[in-house]
Amino acid sequence: MNPLPGTATAEPEARTGEPALAVEHLSVDLHTASGTVRAVDDVSFSVHKGRTLALLGESGCGKSMTALSIVGLLEPVAEVVGGSVKAGGTDVLTLGRRARRRLAGPVLSIVFQDALAALNPVQPVGRQLGEPFRIHHGLSRREAKEKAIELMRIVGIPEPRARARSYPHQFSGGMRQRLLIAMAVALAPDVLLADEPTTALDVTVQAQIMQLLRDLRAERDMAVVLITHDLAVVAEHADDVVIMYAGNVVETGPVREVFADPRHPYTRGLLDSVPERAEKGKPLPAVGGSPPELSNVPPGCVFQARCPLARERCADERPRLTATGPARAAACHFSEELASV
Amino acid sequence: MTTFLRKRIVSSAIPLVVVVLGVFILARLTGNPVDLYLPLSATAEQRAAFSAEHGFDQPILVQLWDYLGQVVQLDFGESLRTGQPAAEMVLEAFPATLQLAAVTMLIAIVGAVLIGSLAAYRPNSLADRTSSFLSMTAASIPDFWFAIMGVLVFGVSLGILPTSGVTGGPEVWVLPIATLLIRPFGVLVQVVRGSMVAALSAPYVKVARSKGASEQRVVFGHALRNATMPVLTVAGDLTIGLVNGAVVVETIFGWPGIGKLMIDSILQRDFAVLQAAVLLTAVTIFLLNILIDVCYALLDARVRQAVPA
Repeated sequence: MNPLPGTATAEPEARTGEPALAVEHLSVDLHTASGTVRAVDDVSFSVHKGRTLALLGESGCGKSMTALSIVGLLEPVAEVVGGSVKAGGTDVLTLGRRARRRLAGPVLSIVFQDALAALNPVQPVGRQLGEPFRIHHGLSRREAKEKAIELMRIVGIPEPRARARSYPHQFSGGMRQRLLIAMAVALAPDVLLADEPTTALDVTVQAQIMQLLRDLRAERDMAVVLITHDLAVVAEHADDVVIMYAGNVVETGPVREVFADPRHPYTRGLLDSVPERAEKGKPLPAVGGSPPELSNVPPGCVFQARCPLARERCADERPRLTATGPARAAACHFSEELASV
Repeated sequence: MTTFLRKRIVSSAIPLVVVVLGVFILARLTGNPVDLYLPLSATAEQRAAFSAEHGFDQPILVQLWDYLGQVVQLDFGESLRTGQPAAEMVLEAFPATLQLAAVTMLIAIVGAVLIGSLAAYRPNSLADRTSSFLSMTAASIPDFWFAIMGVLVFGVSLGILPTSGVTGGPEVWVLPIATLLIRPFGVLVQVVRGSMVAALSAPYVKVARSKGASEQRVVFGHALRNATMPVLTVAGDLTIGLVNGAVVVETIFGWPGIGKLMIDSILQRDFAVLQAAVLLTAVTIFLLNILIDVCYALLDARVRQAVPA
């Protein structure tokens, strides 16, 4: 059974050796006015160069928070309270601010979703694209501008030399996203995080941007972490997937296997709600209810309130992420019941 | 840019004309100068002769027409009091006011950018709350009260600063500038803080940090320029307020600027001088507004383009 059109085309198999990014047991607390809540709870995953890992989940599931902790851009109200993030040969969470800044660009880089807001409105784009070279390679303004023009050409901006003097508001949404990506890949980072890079774009532009990311990944030999809520994007562009729910990882594994044969009721629910898979003439199935408030996560399974399989055990005991195959795992007491026969 | 300038000049010239008309008419409502300049015993003939000499016997519209005709030829008339050309008197007094306003605004802007940025860098820190409280207080103190208290404490009780006048060393500047400074400074600290807090939490600041930019680069390279817009608007407004507010300060401290000249001219029904003083002030404000708009356009490309060609 082929769950979605174009599921994971032939990609190189996972390489052996050190992953470019290894997140282990990462936990993040949010200090709010009404108390401290756990926004990211014991999240682990790793990604190798040349591969794409998708962090998939609903708004507020902790996927963006995970990304921001990796690049060290959490707001002051959020605090990493445990775990490690290994990249560039070290645990970046143990580094000081200065050492961490040195990695920001050459090792870890991030693309945000709202490109208009993410570009500085009062600086010409050429200056902004050249900034990584000024900061990390100590280039002069003129040299950095040449690098910026080169980057603009690579990401497909027409007439890059003339356009380098333009301001962000003078570009279309798709072009702005290209500029933002160009800026993020300027120093060929080991790991590129892309936080909903296509959410604000229409479908055709979306496809172009995803293709650009894919080309750049191959050309610059980067590991890509794609943060998204879009199942189709994951199916088409990711090799591996980590599905998050209420700050927890509920299922992880190669996209093709997970989507063909989900082992967590949440994953199953998400896939059933895709229109292409639904039976014609019947109402589209949906995952009923909404995720728990982070301040009110139940002691047992985080998904129990919406789970069709929930029983007594789920209320008392939180399921651990357990292997369901050679490269995959799910956090459900009854994952075997979901196994397709 | 030239189109932008031309449009701005045309649209700001209209208020200028309105001001000129308004002052001409309002000044004449303050009373008849004949009563003030001639002794009570003057005969009707003497009064008529005085009025005829200065044109006060004409209907107001005719007076206005004559006045406009003279202004176009840059003839602003003579002072009733001294017989000196009004333009000369006004231009003599103006630099004193400009100096006062320029020094005040310079101190206010530089100080407010430093303190406001510092407060915005860590919102709700002790530094932030202290500066918020002090700047709020500063912005709320009436200037005439502050001036009088300043004279009382430093001039009379402690005797370390002159109570008024411009003769002496740099100490003559202290009280007038402090009085003019206190409100703009308080207001600007608040505005700088507010716009810096907004700028520092903008996504492009996060992006700058994700490129490994140092904190100086983030604050001064990315955030400050974006925070400048609202600061510029308010600073421009406050500067205009200063040129006007000089009336109070110059009167209290005997500063020979245009504010004092205006008050004296009103008291003396010295219409020509008053009109020239108001016209010069209006032109200054007009130029200041254009300068502010040009600054906007230079700082932000979006403003340059917002004006249709």
